[in-house]
Amino acid sequence: MPYLELRDVTKRFGNVTALDDVTFELEQGEFFSMLGPSGCGKTTALRIVAGFESPDEGAVVVDGKDLTRTPPNRRDMGMVFQAYSLFPNMTARQNVEFGLRIRKRSAEQRTDRAGELLDLVGLSAQGDRYPYQMSGGQQQRVALARALAIEPKVLLMDEPLSALDARVRVSLREEIRRIQTELGITALYVTHDQEEALSISDRVAVMNAGKPEQIAPPLEIYAEPATPFVAEFVGTMNRLEATVGDGGSVRYGGTQLGVDAVRGRPSGERVLVLVRPESVTVEPLSEGDAPAGALSGRVLSGVFLGPVTRIKVETPEQGQISADVPSATAGRFNVGASVVARFDAAHARVLDLTGE
Amino acid sequence: MAALRRRRFLTLGVLWLALAAAYFVVPLLATLKFSLQPTREGYHLDAYRVILQDPAFRQSLFFSFKLAVFTVIISLVLLVPTAYWVHLKLPKIRPVIEFLTILPFVIPPIVLVVGLLQGFRWTPTWFYGGYLILVVGYAILAFPYVYRSLDAGLRAIDIHTLSEAAQSLGARWTTVLFRVILPNLRAGLLSAAFLTLALVMGEFTMGQLMQFPTFAVYISYIGQTQATGAAALSLLSFAITWVAMLGILLAAGRGAGARAAQVGGVH
Repeated sequence: MPYLELRDVTKRFGNVTALDDVTFELEQGEFFSMLGPSGCGKTTALRIVAGFESPDEGAVVVDGKDLTRTPPNRRDMGMVFQAYSLFPNMTARQNVEFGLRIRKRSAEQRTDRAGELLDLVGLSAQGDRYPYQMSGGQQQRVALARALAIEPKVLLMDEPLSALDARVRVSLREEIRRIQTELGITALYVTHDQEEALSISDRVAVMNAGKPEQIAPPLEIYAEPATPFVAEFVGTMNRLEATVGDGGSVRYGGTQLGVDAVRGRPSGERVLVLVRPESVTVEPLSEGDAPAGALSGRVLSGVFLGPVTRIKVETPEQGQISADVPSATAGRFNVGASVVARFDAAHARVLDLTGE
Repeated sequence: MAALRRRRFLTLGVLWLALAAAYFVVPLLATLKFSLQPTREGYHLDAYRVILQDPAFRQSLFFSFKLAVFTVIISLVLLVPTAYWVHLKLPKIRPVIEFLTILPFVIPPIVLVVGLLQGFRWTPTWFYGGYLILVVGYAILAFPYVYRSLDAGLRAIDIHTLSEAAQSLGARWTTVLFRVILPNLRAGLLSAAFLTLALVMGEFTMGQLMQFPTFAVYISYIGQTQATGAAALSLLSFAITWVAMLGILLAAGRGAGARAAQVGGVH
């Protein structure tokens, strides 16, 4: 039985439909992320779960109880916000104790629990500091401890790392995952950062225009995107509009390319072939035409990404294709150099072109 | 060349500052001299003695102070939740409220007094016949100052996030307001209280028209009857206002100091 459910939730703001008949479920102890661009409805969905917005239609059910009309202060949901949300007039410890004070826990219980949680987030020495005396990362850790102090049914996080610098973001997201796993708490996380969502979640919902386009584990989202939007939004993807040929091949421009995934499709059907840059290899083109089953072209640009360099190849007829090559060998591909690009027939994914 | 220009600029600045200071200080010094030496017989404190021994002085002073305290309480009770709610839930009506805050400046006091007396005629005698009707009038006059002070205070904090954070932790609206919003609105509250206090202590027209023996009415009466007494009283009222302001600042400073001391321990 699912622990948290959004059932057919629709939310409109005037003429804008922020959520369009959204349904998803979370198992107890699951880390579930909603990933998508600005305005896709992910934060609205989270706020509906928190009780800060009411759905126009549909229901929010937690542990079998319909909480749709329950006010936020009676939902027992801990929330970590995007903006720094610590109460400025209270120390870190007092912030963590706030929810327990509301629940009329004894001073001893409050002190013990606040101590435990500050320890858990690695801030036991900073308990007496005020928010303005702490860094952004420390403030978000305290906010996490404060949300966890009330032993919430669900931990809600609304882009909690977006205001932090890259280094802190990576370390804190790992910490969030560690704490969530340690406590076994059900977590609903909102982010527009694909790397963040894919690295810490059990499952990810990729949202677009008020609907989840795909709900799946991170690897599946990355390796088998269900829609062109997911393919585009998660990672970088080469999109080749092609026509199905014979025997597991497609015709792309004037080139025949091997694509296993088109087997069984009728010949002549227009399809969208998706290939990740890391699945594409490039080689310098020696004299003559490109070998069969490969695209020839000229290097348009090379962007250094650390361990790999992304080479963009412009093919004369068919547009561009990107390939990730080890940075150590990227020197061979100067801008303007003639190259051939190819990919393994097994690594290309195919979607209906009409489905876009 | 540059040094010469800088020196000339500095000289001009000091001169301008001295002129501005003289504009404020000279009348005070002249008033002080007149209150201490009305004739050529030498300096004495008779004018102050007469004023301070006059029971009407203390009565009017305490009466106005009482009115000020009531006005501050009523204004804050009415306007803190209003300003908070407008910021949180009804930001669209902020221009309307801001327009309303201008009205007390443009409506002549006589119109306000007549309107008050007509509008509250139905109320019980203990209210209509007592000073509380004047407090209502003062609350209207203080509305722009109180609302704008609170508005500035609320703009300085992220009340949306703080309110939602407190709610998610189980706090009701009253808890959110008293434990989270108000403690972070101290500067705005103090500013509103001080401006209201200063306004009420010096308000003359309403008190006179509604025939209440306020401090400003007393000052006016003394001004018409005792020349040196009026000068002494002007300075006394000036001093009282400054002492009140200093009191509020010290109270605010003590709070901040206590917090700083508490924080100092963790470094």
